[in-house]
Amino acid sequence: MADRLLTGWGRTAPSRANVVAAAAPENVAARVRAAGPRGVLARGLGRSYGDAAQNSGGTVIDLRGTVEIGPVDPSGLVRCSAGTSLETLLERVVPGGWFVPVTPGTRQVTLGGALATDVHGKNHHRDGSLASHVTSVRVVDGLGEVHDLTPADELFWAIPGGMGLCGIVTDLTLRLRPVTSAWMTVRTERTADLDETVGALDAADAHTYSVAWIDSLSAPGRGIVTSGEHTPADELSRPDPLRFAPHAVPAPSWAPAHLLNKASIAAFNAAYYAAAPRRPKVAQQHSTAFFHPLDVVRGWNRLYGAAGFLQYQFVVEDVEVVRWALTELREGGAPSFLTVLKRFGPGNQAPLSFPAAGWTLAVDMPAQVPGLAELLDRLDERVCAAGGRIYLAKDSRLRPQLLPSMYRELPRWQELRDRLDPHRVFSSDLSRRLML
Amino acid sequence: MIDALGAPSSVLVLGGSSEIGEAIVARLARPGRLRRVVLAARPSSRRAEVAERVQALGVAQVDVVDFEATATDTHQRLVEGAFADGDVDVVVVAAGVLPDQQKALADPQVAVETALATYVGPTSAMLHAANALGAQGHGVLVVLSSVAAERPRVANFVYGSAKAGLDAVATGLGDALHGSGVRVLVVRPGFVTTRMTKGLRRAPLSTTADVVADAVAANLTRGTRTVWVPGALRYVMAVLRHLPRAVFRRLPG
Repeated sequence: MADRLLTGWGRTAPSRANVVAAAAPENVAARVRAAGPRGVLARGLGRSYGDAAQNSGGTVIDLRGTVEIGPVDPSGLVRCSAGTSLETLLERVVPGGWFVPVTPGTRQVTLGGALATDVHGKNHHRDGSLASHVTSVRVVDGLGEVHDLTPADELFWAIPGGMGLCGIVTDLTLRLRPVTSAWMTVRTERTADLDETVGALDAADAHTYSVAWIDSLSAPGRGIVTSGEHTPADELSRPDPLRFAPHAVPAPSWAPAHLLNKASIAAFNAAYYAAAPRRPKVAQQHSTAFFHPLDVVRGWNRLYGAAGFLQYQFVVEDVEVVRWALTELREGGAPSFLTVLKRFGPGNQAPLSFPAAGWTLAVDMPAQVPGLAELLDRLDERVCAAGGRIYLAKDSRLRPQLLPSMYRELPRWQELRDRLDPHRVFSSDLSRRLML
Repeated sequence: MIDALGAPSSVLVLGGSSEIGEAIVARLARPGRLRRVVLAARPSSRRAEVAERVQALGVAQVDVVDFEATATDTHQRLVEGAFADGDVDVVVVAAGVLPDQQKALADPQVAVETALATYVGPTSAMLHAANALGAQGHGVLVVLSSVAAERPRVANFVYGSAKAGLDAVATGLGDALHGSGVRVLVVRPGFVTTRMTKGLRRAPLSTTADVVADAVAANLTRGTRTVWVPGALRYVMAVLRHLPRAVFRRLPG
């Protein structure tokens, strides 16, 4: 039991909580029943960018202590403890010929956290988000009672995207994807402007995985579109096709306040763009490089300096909103080097799940960009007016009044939440800020 | 909660009729996230006017509570009441009086009252607020000190001594609260043209309540620190602080 100052991955808005370790359902339930007036919240690896995994003045349960991964059955089903990270799971199952069904841009997330934010990956247009691949969860509710829920239960759908506010998942079963190698066959294509990028992404819909990186500081919106498939072992010219042994180097523990600025990010973007092949090219790439390029630098968030940074991600149907947003961000002086555009397939029935059919744009920027608050407020308004929404796992500053318009099914989620947690024991800095 | 870009959703002002306090609230309301303001002040028509103006800024809930800085035995209940209604993200300590120095010298009771209203009372309310913020695990305590706290001049040392006491408590408190989620922002304005300083001769580098408010907003999420308003005063005071007394006492004003 220890008081700790917690932030999200963006390192903004620190708050103090009493952090305790628990993993088994009975221990989690005891913590929930003993919760004080400021409630309780589960925290995994703290990769949400904003304040989703903070509970100021209350209890935060760290579920990472117990990692249990059951045997993989012939259909790919595997039971895991919620504190298991994607990295640990991949290390365990890839050598046996299995891969996770969905992965975000980092392996450093727990399964519990991934489900609470209903993460998506480069295969969303084909395979949906994580919730579509989870067949059961064990969850401790706000009264400390343990439920086993499956997608057939209405209450199940309060969990994906529910930001940990409906209960604490201790175990879950998910369906893995069979693979014969840990490698990817990747097609890389450089695009000259946003229209070309959008066209290339349209064409890439046939692939299992597709995504575009955009040079946010170039006026036309040039970028690099990558699409990929798992490489069958018989097409691989390397020994040991299922070897999965990622390694990472640490980022420096301190960085000056303005290391990542408009000039350095413009230089990075130009170099990154220039490094991509001039003509479309197909090559084999290890899955770690394809899915998790940022994991190569451990603690890369520190490169933004003490003031921290923000991520902003939205989804809209109309690609013109994306074009407008890119212009606003560029003209507003918000430099981003992780600008990612992706086409989503249809969403699922979880009321607070983020993905919905359309285009999703993710950008990141230093918190200290002047005028950033007003700029992002303008983006929110336009996204909301266009029927879109922003991703709560990345949010740290949305005006709460917009939330019900962005998430039309919020009342349904609140009703499910009230059934699972009638006394509002589960709370977070995000839930207080957004009055969830 | 104060969001990642420094916009709070609730503010408690101790000394809620103060012009600087009002300017800070108005500035913090600008991003459109401020939904609750508690104005703790003596009952007065001025307090009611401030409440009306804050409401007009779009703040959904504006509460006024009676606050007497010198009635220290009432402070705990007052602060706990404000926190019982929901999180308080920012507590502004803006209470204090600026006495006529000549009167205070002629009538020591005026000096005593200055110390009570500017140092003793605000210290009591501030420490209760710090406890409540600590239990909450987040928040910023904004304490209005003065450059007079750094080196009181011949013309204002009674006031300066009280601000010096408050400043010392606030500065020490900020360090004591390091790691608690609570930050203390000590603000040392120079001469601020307000009702309180009406009729006084303006000192060099004089400023306004709005400029003080801008400085508070700009530093709200930058951690425990001391800021001077205008910023140049930090360096001016660094020099003045070390002037020999024979020189310092001859300075005009």
